[in-house]
Amino acid sequence: MEIIKLIGVVIVIIGFALKFDTIATVVLAGLVTGLVAGMSPMEILNTLGDSFIKQRTATLFVLTLPCIGICERYGLKEKAIDFIRSIKNATTGRVIFLYQAIRTASAAFSLRLGGHPQFVRPIIVPMAEGAASAKYGELTEEETDVIRGASAAAENYGNFYAQNCFMGASGTLLIVSTLVEQGFEVTAAQIAGWSIPIAVISVVVGFIRSIMIDSKINKMAGERSEAE
Amino acid sequence: MNFATILQEFFSVLIGIIFALTGIKALKDEGAQKKVTTVAFWFILAFTFICGYWLPRWITGLAIVLMAVLTGIKGVVQSASDVPDHAEVRANADKFGYKIFIPAFIIALGSVVLTTLGASVPALSWLTSNNSICIGGLLGLLVVLLMTKAPVKYSVIDGTRLMDNVGVTGILPQLLSALGALFTAAGVGDVIAKGVSAIIPEGSKLIACIVYCVAMALFTIIMGNGFAAFSVITVGIGIPFLISQGCNPIVVGALGLTAGYCGTLCTPMAANFNIMPAALLEVKNKYTIIKSQVPVAIVMLIIHIILMYIFA
Repeated sequence: MEIIKLIGVVIVIIGFALKFDTIATVVLAGLVTGLVAGMSPMEILNTLGDSFIKQRTATLFVLTLPCIGICERYGLKEKAIDFIRSIKNATTGRVIFLYQAIRTASAAFSLRLGGHPQFVRPIIVPMAEGAASAKYGELTEEETDVIRGASAAAENYGNFYAQNCFMGASGTLLIVSTLVEQGFEVTAAQIAGWSIPIAVISVVVGFIRSIMIDSKINKMAGERSEAE
Repeated sequence: MNFATILQEFFSVLIGIIFALTGIKALKDEGAQKKVTTVAFWFILAFTFICGYWLPRWITGLAIVLMAVLTGIKGVVQSASDVPDHAEVRANADKFGYKIFIPAFIIALGSVVLTTLGASVPALSWLTSNNSICIGGLLGLLVVLLMTKAPVKYSVIDGTRLMDNVGVTGILPQLLSALGALFTAAGVGDVIAKGVSAIIPEGSKLIACIVYCVAMALFTIIMGNGFAAFSVITVGIGIPFLISQGCNPIVVGALGLTAGYCGTLCTPMAANFNIMPAALLEVKNKYTIIKSQVPVAIVMLIIHIILMYIFA
């Protein structure tokens, strides 16, 4: 019964789906997999511990936290907000796109801007909605939903597709440690370098998307004024 | 032990100290919830980073199981941090302006410059990628301290504040690569590979790229976590069907994880990115963000497959 070895994968899927504690789920999956594969408890603990010690490098990002923390105290987020606010005369799509571009650049430098609660809700959404209502008057709920969805999405695109461009990002270090653990010598610099193309492409895709958002809002507002 | 390894151990000890200080912060917090288990978690983690290298490995293995029990019983919570007050931050921002971005750029650019030096100058070969990241982090800290003339104690106060924000999930990448190692030792990768070989015709790189990228995205959709998908799918599919067939591990690895993120954009399982913000933004339909993201995710996934096929 080879297939029983997949029980660890099943445990991870079920554990994550049911929102059990992530760390506990992962460790449990490892222990059970080792046991069904006939490893002794001592062998399992040794394998787990050995890999954990070798892959401490996956947690190097911790050493960047004191610097970033002090930068925050001295106004990192405030200045990012000032910068975005200084943009004038933009359309809804343009505001959202600019935020994605800034978010992409900041993710690539591992700056934590604070995401949805500290940036999208208080700054991007009011600016994007303000641009639309200046043009089309008061917005309907459907229209604000489109704008808010796209604004939140811009945060995710920038965050996801660019974070690995930073050598010390936890995703980059995960790729390195997984491959090294499996016997392929790659470095964080190489992985970060090969993460750049996707970051650039995501900005291009975001630009096209922002044009589509503008035309979608234009169409929705047009239909609305015809109906009136 | 060469100099590069000594340096790496030194940085591990530093990281361990940050974990220990996070534990001490909880210890000192009068009103802390679940104090004993929280402090225990951070101290055990610090112990594995500081002493683990010198001890038999099963001790670290046991420590991992203990930490999993502590997080499993929801025993690890944030303690009170000294959060900078808004007026203070605003005044600082006005005083220092955009200069405050410099230290952060120094971390990122410094790491790249140092690692390039290390790779090209034989005498500096101890500047490995990993050591460069650490030195970059310390360099950034030095610059921000000099620039702002902030008291040195803020490196502890703000460092542990962020560490506590990141929380226990900070060790997830490291734990997942340990899980990958266990999976490999147990032969899980072989089982997945055997199953998948039914759909991948021998020698078809294009189909292998499609299967790997789509599997990354699908697994991420199911689990809501690209990191976990990466360790399972890369061991089971990426390595046997792409890397072992001569594909470049750097390209496969780098594109593999972001292919998984295409799945993150489509799943309510990634609630903190897709569902909680919907509530925060007070939209009518809680799937609004996912709806907005799906077309982009599909386009990006196709681009991943094409890039991997051409460059891997």
